[in-house]
Amino acid sequence: MSIPQQTDALDQAPSTAGCRVPYRVFTDRQYYDREQENIFKGNCWSFVGLEAEVPQAGDFKSTFVGETPVILTRDSDGSLHVVVNRCAHRGALVCREMRGNRASLECVYHQWAYDLKGNLIGVPFRRGLKGQGGMPGDFDMSQHNLRQLRTESVGGLVFASFSETVESCRDFLGPIVVEQIERIMCKPITVLGDQRQRIRGNWKLYAENTRDPYHASLLHLFHNTFGLYRSTQTGKALMDANKRHSLLYSIAASNDDAADKQAYGDSRTFDTEFKLQDMSLLKGRQEFADNVTLVILAVYPNLVLQQIQNTLAVRQTVTYGPDEFELVWTHFGYQDDDAEMQAIRLKQANLIGPAGLISMEDGEAVEIVQNAIVGEASATSYIAMGGGRAEDADHLVTEGAIIGFWDNYREMVGFEVEPT
Amino acid sequence: MGLPTLEQMQFQHAAAQVNALHAELIDDDRLEEWPDLFEENCRYSVISAENHNRSLNLAAVFCDSRGMLVDRIVSLRRANIFPAHSYRHILGPTRVKSTSGQIVITQTNYVVLMTRNDGQTSIYNSGKYVDEIDVSGAAPRFLSKTAIFDTHLIDTMMVRPI
Repeated sequence: MSIPQQTDALDQAPSTAGCRVPYRVFTDRQYYDREQENIFKGNCWSFVGLEAEVPQAGDFKSTFVGETPVILTRDSDGSLHVVVNRCAHRGALVCREMRGNRASLECVYHQWAYDLKGNLIGVPFRRGLKGQGGMPGDFDMSQHNLRQLRTESVGGLVFASFSETVESCRDFLGPIVVEQIERIMCKPITVLGDQRQRIRGNWKLYAENTRDPYHASLLHLFHNTFGLYRSTQTGKALMDANKRHSLLYSIAASNDDAADKQAYGDSRTFDTEFKLQDMSLLKGRQEFADNVTLVILAVYPNLVLQQIQNTLAVRQTVTYGPDEFELVWTHFGYQDDDAEMQAIRLKQANLIGPAGLISMEDGEAVEIVQNAIVGEASATSYIAMGGGRAEDADHLVTEGAIIGFWDNYREMVGFEVEPT
Repeated sequence: MGLPTLEQMQFQHAAAQVNALHAELIDDDRLEEWPDLFEENCRYSVISAENHNRSLNLAAVFCDSRGMLVDRIVSLRRANIFPAHSYRHILGPTRVKSTSGQIVITQTNYVVLMTRNDGQTSIYNSGKYVDEIDVSGAAPRFLSKTAIFDTHLIDTMMVRPI
């Protein structure tokens, strides 16, 4: 009797394909705490800012890795450093400003001072005052620095890691991500401003959202209405070798009215009759030779680098518990932008961010899930569009990259958390 | 500082009235009428103090024609998806900062309260308007209106004008 060769058939059976994610990973504090340890403080590189945000020696910016406050600094020798924003003495915030320029970092509580690398350089009354007090004789300044994170810059994007063992940042990102970063960061940039969006949902719902090209033409109706983006456009969904990160891109030149009519019929999501009164909003320039007009590069765990037409931005996720996170959008252009190009970028900024005509829905998409799964102990989602595997696709009707995210999450955090 | 002249009082009154009407049209969801408060070649922007104070021009909303205001409203009605909510503007006194002919520059503090489906009302956005108002016609109109907001966290989304 022969054993049937049925592996393929089994894998493709409807009952086994697809990815199921227990909803409690979005609501249970235990998962959140494990994520802070295993992802944000674990073997990952988190995005902390743009080099262009700290261009001069002494520049600093306060930000977060997960929920942990950190400071990004540029030292007098031009080197970049990321340290935990917590005094080595009794735990006070060392830096209480969002950004600025300083020669050193000084805690206001007892004026312990640190250099821009985070090394302790001053302790008031260290040897006491008039023979009284003072630190113990064996007090060693070098043992009381700010917690220093590994810091690497890739194409002007600065990443930091708590891990001493994680691979280099470039290796963590992988060639596809590095290539996409370098495509956008192809020349010196200038920061145009920030937008901060507070979303009352779990940060991973946004990680799913940015790996999900399936929703784009169905939820974001502004896209369809003005023909900016359609599922019938040429687009691809690719991942790095580890399937942590996701690259979604599309080329507007491939718009095809006939194919759209066939795909959408008369559904509410398709209406090319709708015209803007002021078309200047959509006026832009083809600034990349590859004709790609939309790039959503979702970098595990906390970054999206995007190009939507002529808007360029990074979006950083900061976590505030299982049911709240902040998205910090930092928009930029190039230093050599002429006046018209600057105006185009500022006007097209209407398209993205929390008030973005084509992106404001994402906050609501996260919140309607969070509101619906409250208290749910056992139910799961079902993610299978495109075949239900963490595979690349040369189309945009796929959820493969979401599954890639969850495969990595399962490895780092697990779906079954033991009660503590 | 002496007593205001009649003209100064008229300007102040016109500026305060158009600001009150601006808030009323938004709060009462009469958004289709809102663009009529602006000149054809107007500027309307909603920008965080965080950006404004650094001389960065990136705004949450930036329109440089009345047509763009109309497009925002049409998009809100036809395309955008957002949580059901309403606004309530609380305006401070409008102060005339300067005048040039029939154009007045004013500043007005505001708070926008948001009420969502769950019935809770929260402070959604607070800041100041800096406006340029043409008071020459039958009804005063905004040449420009800039809402500079202190609340640089935008709660979920911003779809209605501030």
